[in-house]
This record gives sequence, structure tokens and C-alpha cells, in this order.
Amino acid sequence: MSTPALSPVEIIKADSRRLRGTLVESLADAVTGSIAEADTHVIKFHGSYQQDDRDRRDERRLQKLEPDYQFMIRTRLPGGVVTPQQWLRLDEIATTYGNASLRLTSRQAFQFHGVIKTELKTTLQAINATLIDTVAACGDVNRNVMVAANPLQSSAHADVYAQATQLSEFLRPHTRAYYEIWLDEEKVADSGEEVEPIYGATYLPRKFKIGFAIPPVNDVDVFSNDLGFIAIVDDGEVLGYNVSAGGGLGATHGDANTYPRLADVLGFVPRDKVIAVAQAVVTTQRDFGNRTERKRARLKYTIDDRGLEWFKAEVEKRLGFAFAPARPFRFDHNGDRFGWTEGENGNWHLTLHIEAGRIVDRDGASHRTGLREIAAIHGGEFRLTPNQNLIVANVAPDQRARIDALIAAHGLDGYRVATPLRLNSIACVALPTCALAMAEAERYLPEILGKIQALLDAHGLRDAPIHFRISGCPNGCSRPYLGEIALVGKGPGRYNLMLGADARGQRLNVLHRENIDEGDILQTLDGLFERYAAERDEREGFGDFLVRRGVVVERNQATS
Amino acid sequence: MLGRLDVHIMSAEPIHTLIPFPDDKAAMLARLVEGLDRANLHWLSGYAAGLAAQPANAEPEPIAAPGAEAATHVTVLYGSQTGNAKRLAEKLARQIESAGLSARLLRADAYPLRELKSERFLYIVISTQGDGDPPEDSRGFVEFLTSKRAPTLDNLKFSVLGLGDSSYAKFCAVGMQIDARLKELGATRLFERGDADLDIDSVATPWLQSAATVAREQIKSAPVRANVTPLWAARTAATWTRERPFSADVLANQRISATNGTKDIRHIELSLGDSGLVYEPGDSIGVWPTNPPHLVADILDTLKLDPQSIVTHADETLPLERWLSDKRELTRLARPLVVAHAARARQGELDGIVASPESLQPFLKDRQFIDLLRAYPANWDAASLVAALNPLTPRLYSIASSLKFAENEVHLTVAHLDYDAFGHSHVGAASHFLATRDEENRIPIYVESNDRFRLPRDASRDVIMIGPGTGVAPFRAFVQERAAIGARGRNWLFFGNPHFRSDFLYQIEWQAALKRGELHKIDLAFSRDQAEKVYVQHTLRRRGRALFDWLEGGAHVYVCGDATHMAKDVHAALREVIVEHGGKSVEDAEAYLSQLAADRRYCRDVY
Repeated sequence: MSTPALSPVEIIKADSRRLRGTLVESLADAVTGSIAEADTHVIKFHGSYQQDDRDRRDERRLQKLEPDYQFMIRTRLPGGVVTPQQWLRLDEIATTYGNASLRLTSRQAFQFHGVIKTELKTTLQAINATLIDTVAACGDVNRNVMVAANPLQSSAHADVYAQATQLSEFLRPHTRAYYEIWLDEEKVADSGEEVEPIYGATYLPRKFKIGFAIPPVNDVDVFSNDLGFIAIVDDGEVLGYNVSAGGGLGATHGDANTYPRLADVLGFVPRDKVIAVAQAVVTTQRDFGNRTERKRARLKYTIDDRGLEWFKAEVEKRLGFAFAPARPFRFDHNGDRFGWTEGENGNWHLTLHIEAGRIVDRDGASHRTGLREIAAIHGGEFRLTPNQNLIVANVAPDQRARIDALIAAHGLDGYRVATPLRLNSIACVALPTCALAMAEAERYLPEILGKIQALLDAHGLRDAPIHFRISGCPNGCSRPYLGEIALVGKGPGRYNLMLGADARGQRLNVLHRENIDEGDILQTLDGLFERYAAERDEREGFGDFLVRRGVVVERNQATS
Repeated sequence: MLGRLDVHIMSAEPIHTLIPFPDDKAAMLARLVEGLDRANLHWLSGYAAGLAAQPANAEPEPIAAPGAEAATHVTVLYGSQTGNAKRLAEKLARQIESAGLSARLLRADAYPLRELKSERFLYIVISTQGDGDPPEDSRGFVEFLTSKRAPTLDNLKFSVLGLGDSSYAKFCAVGMQIDARLKELGATRLFERGDADLDIDSVATPWLQSAATVAREQIKSAPVRANVTPLWAARTAATWTRERPFSADVLANQRISATNGTKDIRHIELSLGDSGLVYEPGDSIGVWPTNPPHLVADILDTLKLDPQSIVTHADETLPLERWLSDKRELTRLARPLVVAHAARARQGELDGIVASPESLQPFLKDRQFIDLLRAYPANWDAASLVAALNPLTPRLYSIASSLKFAENEVHLTVAHLDYDAFGHSHVGAASHFLATRDEENRIPIYVESNDRFRLPRDASRDVIMIGPGTGVAPFRAFVQERAAIGARGRNWLFFGNPHFRSDFLYQIEWQAALKRGELHKIDLAFSRDQAEKVYVQHTLRRRGRALFDWLEGGAHVYVCGDATHMAKDVHAALREVIVEHGGKSVEDAEAYLSQLAADRRYCRDVY
């Protein structure tokens, strides 16, 4: 039997001269706003996706115009922390080169949308000038490292954040391609043949995600990551981490070989072993991950195909020591805590609700202007949460009033009045820019939330803290498989209705109704809300209720 | 069909395989027909047929051999941009011939300049373009006439009819210049020059009458050795003319600028049906528009005139509404109408404006007759209005297709003129007419041939096509044609427009042509995509080295589009390229370009 052929992207990576491809030639091609097909894979490693305005695709074809190609740029921003000065510059970049909006992602990064090819280089230079880069924000490498956002336990948070940032640097690709192509760095002798000590010449088989959680909050949905670090904190001190591996939410419709999976906890390691553990796990996946079938290439399949015991042993072999037994921990919830909270150091943190993470000026809600004005006076920092929200962090007590005034003036005080359903919602970008979207997500979120809320209201469930997530495709950017109610796009106006996750990021939901339209979605939920209102236990979450009553049968429980 | 004859004669195939002549005669024939346009060739073929019909021993004499003796024929020379001067010159030639005299009708660039010194009797009909420039076909003639090389013309009698637009400062400047220069060179003016404004016929008709009368008086009837046998009748295509247009079905009306862009550019496909109409790449289509109904209604409302009132003018009787929608010019405002309106409005302000071109020209910008009516109320009765408004004229659009590719269809690229000004929306008559047609509609069209804008007969020659904006239209036809005939020469397109994303006309077609090797190079200038505006002339300079190499290699250069700025800027850029890369002086570079033009390797279709 012959060896199965490498997947096409593997060939592209191998031929890319350490992620250079023909990007320079593609950028110079003035006849098209697109880049060469192979380069669309290469550019992901540089933090950008080629997209087009899908709303206009058909009409432009008739107009004898190519699709309205544009690029999404994603920042690498471990833990989602930026200074007010950086905020102001990023905001300006969004106006100058993007579509005048900032998008907070579900992995604590910024996304710029609508950057055209001829301005791509200038935009990346402008971003780099803020001391933020986009290296490895996408592509088959370690992606943006997530860190629990809410700095209630300020010192532990600072410690974990510092370790996450170090890890992000450690796992950064060594190729100089990014600096040569975008920042005009001189070529050095090994250009195109740089040694990639962690990744090797073909990088990883697939994307790789790392998250750091600080119990009892699981805002990073740590078990959805390929590699998770759950901080074990004692008296404000980070002793070490429970390590989890093999999480991942992407799936393909109709392919039972693909599925969302929550990570398994491997055991405990002391705090100084973070980088060693990451290196062992990443290189194991590098060497054993599936490079012939791309949709089976995530670490979760490597583990399932070879067995958890094998995997743990391989990692321990590379580490040179064994994991200690996992320490006890407990997650209460995976959402954000809105409003003002006081940190250990006496400073205050204000968590704002940003619907679908989109910061834009709209009639009566000048969010972008408001945040710009806050950035102009803010002495602390901003933190992007893993749930697409924003924390104005480290506000001195005497500054709260000024910030509250700006919040009110620009309609940023939605967190005060929004219902829990709205506050706990996540949507991916989807149409019109995402090439993968099969149905609407971000643009549809306000409307579908309004309709579901009306049903909740009708059943006296106005304040039920239900986690709702919507995704335009099954790849899972909004972590839909961890929503108590989730819609996963199947086709225009049609979704898979997923139900029954917990609100702690430790139980996946399951498919309840397949490929249904809004009418069926609402009708189904209406019946379930009626039962929930009548039969729930006190403080019982909607997902837990559905499992308890056997409406859904759970399929995968994260170990704890 | 004529184009095919051209191709055969000039193709690499030896001429004797096509026609039964000895080689030396064939070569003479090839030389003889070189540079002749469609009309000349038809005339020649008729002349030859006439000769053939004569008794075998009759000795034919050349019809046009000017000598020192009194004139025996009239030369009618024209310089035409949109076809008006040509039409009038043809009409004059017919009138002269019907009086039993012989007339030689020549486009200015077909006129043998060396014969000017022995010319005896010359009528010139010539238009003036925007800024006082001669039409494309007359540049060489005007340059020669105004140069030191121009001969003394003591034996010449002449008269000039100039065409122009009095809204411009240099109204009929070219006609005036030629008129004065001929006098200066010693020629005798037969009768006063005519300076026709946009209402051409009011001046042109009496001038043509004078011309025919004076010719009859001055020239003794000369025996015509060979009657011209009319071969035109054999062409079905000729049955559709400006005066008798073909009603073409609309096959497609597709916006080709992005919906979120600022310009509305249309790609229009028309069926030639059973018309028998044919065209060559480089030709134009004349379109007879119907005026926008809302504009007609606005004018009638503003003047409180009855749409149904019957008006008789110039032997035609129609309801006023029909006059306005089908017969009268409403969207192009010209000086005579402003003057007539000023007389009625009795407002000092308007009188002041019409007093000088310097004040009139900016006033006319973006204004239409309706704006005048709104801002300077005045009374018009229906008959006076019809008499004062200019006759509606057809608009010419460079054809954007090759018949070899778009069989029995003609494609146009139309910029829909649609803007707000003076508190109201405005549209261009023809572009709006075309932009609002759909598959249910028919459009009155005719083919306006343009023999000055032809692909090289030698298909192995390279072509350089410079066509920003809708000026790209004929180059779509060129690339289609060259692909269809398998031309070996390379094609290089220079295109420009404000924005890449919204205004890259025919983008996916150019991309496909590049992939298929039907287009070899493309250079783009999107003026508003960066801080400094970049236009095609800038990309020409940037590509100067290669451009000059192509020119030296025999490439033909074509320019289509805006005459006011673009064509001049492009000309200057080409001159600079030749100076820089050819190591020539500015004068020599200019001469290089003049030689290219004389060799038909530098062709312009600008408007």
C-alpha cells in the first residue's frame, strides 16, 4: 500500500520558502485585488485572510468585475491586553485602511476587515508601529494565546498573563518572511531556509490553540483549546497548572469523522514547566499529526487515533518527567462578569458588553467614538475578553465617574439593561466577509436574540442566564458547541439547533434539530422554554435542565 | 467587406494570387489604394467600372489633374470629428456633380499636400474641437498650411465653412485660421466664410447654396471621361444611414461599474438583426436618442405649454411634445439659445453672461435649457421654442466589440451622465436613453465608419492601446478582433479610471485575455486610489523604455477618450518618452510622432 498523498496545503507550505510563497509578486499584480491561490494559504501565517464582499459577488460578476477582494487582518495579542495609546492607533488604522470598525474576536484579538491589497502592506506597517504584530495570528501554527481576562485576582492574573506572553513569544515562527515582505527588512543569508526549531519546514498540520484559565472562571473555554493551562492558585500565588490537551471545536457537516471535542486533563505541572510542556505537546503534534487529511489534522484526532495514554506517554517522554496528578479545581461559569469590579490593588475594572465584538459607530450608539474618548483619558489598559467583550481595566477610583459619563454619553452602558441572553451571546463574523460562512451570524444576532428574548419573556424567563452562540459554519469560531443554545449555519437562513451545553465550558451541546429555519427554531425553543419555566430546579441552567430531563443526551464530558 | 479587401491587399499574400494583374501593375495598385478610405475606394471602383464600360479605344484621362489653366473641377476638402463636416462636404459634392461639374471629395488627411500649389478651386468644410483644435483627420493639413512650407496660392479660389460651438472662446477658430491663411498665401476668397454654430443648418445651408452657385458660375462644365458607376447600392448596409437609422433590439444593458462606486457605466449589447449592418473595429455607432420624458415634461410645465399643441417647422408638423422628445436638443445648451432666451427674459445678468465666452463657458457647465428656464423665467410660445431649439443630433459611441467575436451584435460602453446641479437632477440625453433601455426596447442606430482608427493591416505589428475611462471601448473590439484573426502582434493596454475596485471596466475580460495570451501587457492608472493622482500619462512615462522599444519595433499607437485633457497629456507623455529613450530633441520627438501619425501608426479617436 502506498503512502497517502500529503494534503495540498502541506505542499504549499513545503514550497513556500519559510512562508514567503509568491506574496511579493502577488502584491505587485495590479490587475487583480486578489493574491495567487497558493499565497492565500501562506498569508494566513502572516495574520491575514483573503476575503471578498460576498453580498456583492453575484452582481460584480455580472458587472464584469472580479469579486470585491479584501483582507482581514488579525492581531497577535496574548491575553488581549492593549494600552490606551495602542487602542487609539488601532482605531485610527481601522478608519484609514479598514471598514471603520474594530472587531474583538473570541480569542482576544482585534480583527480589521475590508483592507484592500494595495494597502495591506501599509496597514501591517501601521499595526507594527503600535508594537503589536500579526505574526502567526492565523495559519498552521500556535495562534493567539488566550488568558483569563477578568483580573479580579490581580497578582495571579499578572503572573499568568506574563507566562502566556512568554509562551506566545517562544512559539513564534522564526522565519523572517514577515519582516522582509511587510516591513522591508533586509534579507539575510539564510533567507528562505531559516531554521524553525519548534515547527520545522512545514509547520504544524493544522492550527494550534492555547488557553490559560484561572478558576473559578472559564471565560477562555479552556477545554476547547488544543492545549490548556488551568492555573492552580493558592493564596494569590500561582503554584502551577493542570494541563489539558486535545480540545477543538471544528467539524464538517455530514462527516462523522470530524467532531467537536473537549480536552482531557493530563495532570499537574509546576509553574516553571509551561514552556517545556508546550514544546513537548506541540512537537508531538508536529510529528504525529495527520498531514494527509486536513480536516482530521487537529491534535484532538491525533489523540483519538493513537489513544490518550500513548499521547501522554509521548509527551512525558519528550518532557523527561511525568505529570503529577491533577489538582482539584472548579469552574463556575464561562461568561463575563459585567459592570464595575474592584481588583485586589484597589483599582477598578469595568466590563462592557460589545455585541458580537463589533465596535462601530451606529445611530444612538457611538461605541467607537466613545471608546476613543475613554482611551484618551484612561490611565490603565484595555482587555479583550474571550467572549468578545471589553474590560476597561485598572481604573483609579477617582476616574470612575468620568468614564461612566462617557459610557452613558456613547451608549456603551448596554450592560446595565441588556438581558442575560444578550449579554451571554457570541457570534462569529460570517457573512459578508468570511469565505466559509454558510449562513448569517453576526448580522443576524440582534434579530434572532430579540425573537428568542420575546419567547423567554412570554414564559416569565426574562432573566434566565442562557448562553447563546451562533456560527455561520461548523468550524466553530464562536465556540457554538459550548452554547446552551447554539445555531450552526447550514445554508442561507438554515441552522442546526444545538442544545444542552453547561454554562461552564465543560459539556458540549448536541444536535437537537438539523437544518431548520427560523420558524422551526423559535417553535422548538418555545416548547422547551415552556417546560423549563414549569419544571426547572432552582437556579438550574437551561442546558443542565435539558440534560436532566433527557431532552438531550450528553456526548462528551471534560475530565476534571 | 471593404476591410477585408484592405486586409487582402496588405497581407503577406502576394497580390497576384488575388487579382489577375502583372506584378508591376499590382504593386502600383497597392500603392494607389494605400491610405484611401472607404468612400475613396468605392468611388474608385465605380470609376473603374465606368472606364470598363467605355469603348475599348477611348483614351481615358485622369479626372483630377490640376494645371495652370482655369479650374475644371472643384475640390471639396473636409475635416470632421463627429461626421457633421463630412456629411456637409458630401452633400456639397453631390450638389456640384448634379450641376454637371466634377467634384473631388477628400478628407483632409487624404489630401495630397504637394498638389495644393496647383489647386484652383477649393471648398473647405472643417470643424473646430473644444479648445480651438482641428479635428484628428486635419492636423497634418492644418500644420502644413500654417507652416513655412506652405506654397503661395495666387491661382487658388476658395471658401471655407467652419463648424463649431459658440459657447467656446475659440468658436470656429480652425475655419477662421484656414480662411485667413489661404488669403495670406495669396488665394482669392470667393465668398464669405460661414461660421456654423450647433444649429448648423442655419449657416451651412445658405453657404452650401452659395458654394454650388458660385461653382456653376466660375467653372465651365468639363467632360467627364468616365462616369462613376454607383456601386454603393449593392451594399445593404448603406441602406441604414444617419437619416435612416436601423432599429436595433437591445440584448443586454448591464452596469459594469460597481454599484457602490460613483460612476454608472453601462455595457450595452445591440442586435444587428437582419439589418446587414457591418462594422470594423474602430468604427462608431451613431445613436438617435429620445429625450428624457421627465425633462420634456419639466420644460412643458415650466413654460405652461400644451404638450399637444401642433407646431409646424421646416415642413414638419408634430405635437409640441413630440418635437421636444424626438426632434430637439434639450440637454446641450449652446450660446444662440442662451442669447435668444436672454432677449425674452430681459434680465441684465443673463445679458452680461452671454457677452463673453469667458463668462459664458463656466455658466454653460452642467447647465441645461431647463436650468435657464427655472433661473430666468421667460415666455416662449410653442412655435418660437421649436424654432429656437437646435435640432436633436445623434451621439457617437466607439464600438466595443468585434463582429468576428460578437457575431451580428454591436456592443457599446456608455457612461451614464447623471448628476445633481442647481437643485435638480440632470441626465445626458443619449446616455440616459441608453442606460434606461431594456430588452423590450429598440434603439435607432447607424454605423459611422472611422477609417482613421484601424488596426494595422499587418497583423504581426504590435499595438499600444491607450484608453482610459470609456475610451477603452474600441480596445475591447481590437483585442477581440486580434484574437479572432490570430494576430501574431502583441497587444498592450493602458487603462485608467478613478478607482480600481469600482471602475476597472471589463476587468474579468482583461484578466481572461491576459491568461489566454490575447492581451500581452496591461498598465493601470487608478487616479484616486492613492494620495497623488495617477493617470495613464504617468504610466506611459513609467513604462517609457519598453514603450519606445515597441515603437521602434513598428508598433501602432491608439488613443481613445477625452480630448480636452487626456489626449493632450498623453501626447506630451509620448513625446517625453521619445525624448528620453530615443535621445531626441523635443522638436525631433514631435516630428517622430507626426511621422507616426502620417504613417497611420498614431491614431486617435478622441472627443
